[in-house]
Amino acid sequence: MSGALLQVSNLETYYGPIMAIRGVSFEVKRGAIVTILGANGAGKTTVLKTVSGVMDPQKGTVTFDGREIQGMDPDRVTRLGLSHVPEGREIFPLLTVAENLKMGAYTRTDTVGVARDLAMVYEYFPVLQARTHQRAGQLSGGEQQMLAISRALMTRPAMMLLDEPSLGLAPKLVKEIFDIIVRINRERGVTVLLVEQNANMALHVADYGYVLEVGRIVMEDTCARLLEKDDIKEFYLGMKETSIRGTRRWKRKKTWR
Amino acid sequence: MDTILQLLLNGLAVGCIYGLVALGFVLIYKATELVNFAQGDLLMLGAFTCYMFVVWYGLGYWAAFALAIAIVALFGAALDATVLRRVIGQPQFAVVMLTIGLGAIFRSFASITWGSEIYTLPTPFSARATRLGGVTVSHEYVSIIVGTVVLCAALYAFFTYTRVGVAMQAASQNQLAAYYMGIPVKRMFSLIWAISAGVAAIAGVLLAPVSLIDINLGFIGLKAFAAAVLGGFGSIPGALVGGLTIGLIELFAGAYLPHGVKDVAAYVVLLVVLAVRPQGIFGAVGRKKV
Ligand SMILES: Nc1ncnc2c1ncn2[C@@H]1O[C@H](COP(=O)(O)OP(=O)(O)OP(=O)(O)O)[C@@H](O)[C@H]1O
Ligand SMILES: [Mg+2]
Repeated sequence: MSGALLQVSNLETYYGPIMAIRGVSFEVKRGAIVTILGANGAGKTTVLKTVSGVMDPQKGTVTFDGREIQGMDPDRVTRLGLSHVPEGREIFPLLTVAENLKMGAYTRTDTVGVARDLAMVYEYFPVLQARTHQRAGQLSGGEQQMLAISRALMTRPAMMLLDEPSLGLAPKLVKEIFDIIVRINRERGVTVLLVEQNANMALHVADYGYVLEVGRIVMEDTCARLLEKDDIKEFYLGMKETSIRGTRRWKRKKTWR
Repeated sequence: MDTILQLLLNGLAVGCIYGLVALGFVLIYKATELVNFAQGDLLMLGAFTCYMFVVWYGLGYWAAFALAIAIVALFGAALDATVLRRVIGQPQFAVVMLTIGLGAIFRSFASITWGSEIYTLPTPFSARATRLGGVTVSHEYVSIIVGTVVLCAALYAFFTYTRVGVAMQAASQNQLAAYYMGIPVKRMFSLIWAISAGVAAIAGVLLAPVSLIDINLGFIGLKAFAAAVLGGFGSIPGALVGGLTIGLIELFAGAYLPHGVKDVAAYVVLLVVLAVRPQGIFGAVGRKKV
C-alpha cells in the first residue's frame, strides 16, 4: 500500500487565454500530508480545481489511485474518493448543519457507516453537534470551516484537498483545525494535500512541501528541510530578522529564479 | 355578501393557477438562474396532451391526467438536457429570447397537432356545483384549489424530507459545493425542469374545465410571471402568495371596476408593490443599494 496516491504531471491550465498553471508536476504518497505553498495568485487554487475536476487542463495528466482523472466531472472524482474542501468553505447556507453533513454522504448507501462517520465528525468538532439544526449560513467563519471539513469527511475520502483551511481564523482556532487535520490523517488514514498561506503551520504538520510561483513549482523538499531554507524563512515565514540586508530586503533575489 | 364569497372562491382558484405557474418560474430560476418564458406554454401542452388522451383515445380522465404530467415532465427534462443546459452562464437576454422562441414553437406545434380551435376537456368536475348557503360552489374551482394544496404539500415534503429533494436544494444554493459532494448536479437540474414542467401540466389540466383549451392558453404565463415578481422572484411561498394576490385582485376588479380594468389590474398592483417594496413581497432585503 505504498507509492503515489496522486500523481500530477506537466499540468497546464488556462483561464481563457491566461495560462495560470505552467507545467506543474508533483506527487502525494498514500498516507502523507503534502503542502503546496505560494503567494497570492501563484496558482494554488487552480491546481486543486484542476485535480478535482472543476477545471479541465489543457495538457498534462492527473492520476489518482492508478486512474487518469483529468477532465472528469467533479462529482465523479468525488465518488472515486478524492474530496475537495474549497477556498471560502462553500457550505449550503440555507440548509441546516445536519443537512449539510447529510449531503456529504450523498453518494453513500452504507447507513451504518454514515451514522458512524457522523458520530466521528461530531467528536472532532463538538461545536457542530450543538448547532445541528441551525442554518449553516448563520455559523461563524470558523464553524463554517469546520463544517466544510466535516462535510468532506462524510464522503469517506481516501484523500482530501484542503484549500487554505486557516483563512480568516483566529490563531487559536487555526491550531485547533490543524490538530484535527493531523488526527484525521493519523486516525483515518486520509491522505492530505494542503494549500496554505500560513506556511509556518503548514510546514509543521506536513511531511513534504512544494513551492509554487506564478504557475510553476520552483522548489520541493521535506518540510523539515524547507523550514531551514533561507528563502522560505524570508519569503514565506516572514522572518525579517534573518535577513542580513534589513530594509533592502526587497532587492534580494530569490535563489530559484 | 354571497357574491363576495363567490368571487373569493373563484379568485383563489385562478390565483392557484397563477401560483403554480409562478412556482415553475421560481424553481428553475433558483436552480439555474434561467428565466423560462415558455413556462405558460408548457401549461398549454399539458392541457392539450390530457385532452388528446381523453377525447381522441378515450382514456379515463385520471389516466390521461397522469400521462399528461409524465409526458410534459419528461419533455421538460429533455429540453434542459438538450437545449437549456448550453445557455447557462450566457447573457440573460439570450436566454429570454431562446425561451420566448421555444414558446412560439410549442404553440405552432400545438396548432399543427391538435388544431387551432377551442376545445373543451370533459372532466369529473365539469359543470357540477354544490349550493352552500347562498353560494354556488362549482366543483371545477374547488378541484383547482384542492389540487394546488395537495400538490404544494407533496412538493414541500419532497424538498424537505427526501435525499434527492434536499440535494436539489443544495444544488440550487451552491452548485460548486454540490459537485464536490458527488451530487450529479446536471441530473438535479434536469429533475427540477421536469418538476416545473410537470407542475405546469397539472395547472393546465386543472385550468382546462374553467378556461377551455386553445393554443394561446399559455399567455397566462405572463400574469404568472407578474405573480412571481410580486412574490419576490426566487421565493417559493412568494410565488404562491403572488399568484393568489393577482387572482383575487383580477376577479374583484372585474366585478366592481369599469370594463377593461380587469386585464391590467394585475400589472397595476405589481407596479405599486414594486414601487413600495422593490424586492417583492417575500424577496430578500437589501441586495444592492444602487
Ligand atoms: N476566474 C478567473 N479568471 C481569470 N483569471 C483567474 C481566475 N481565477 C484566477 N485567475 C488567475 O489565475 C492565477 C492563479 O489564481 P489562483 O486562484 O489559483 O491563485 P492562488 O494561489 O490560489 O491565490 P490565493 O492565495 O490568493 O488564493 C492568478 O494570476 C489569477 O489572477
Ligand atoms: Mg487560492
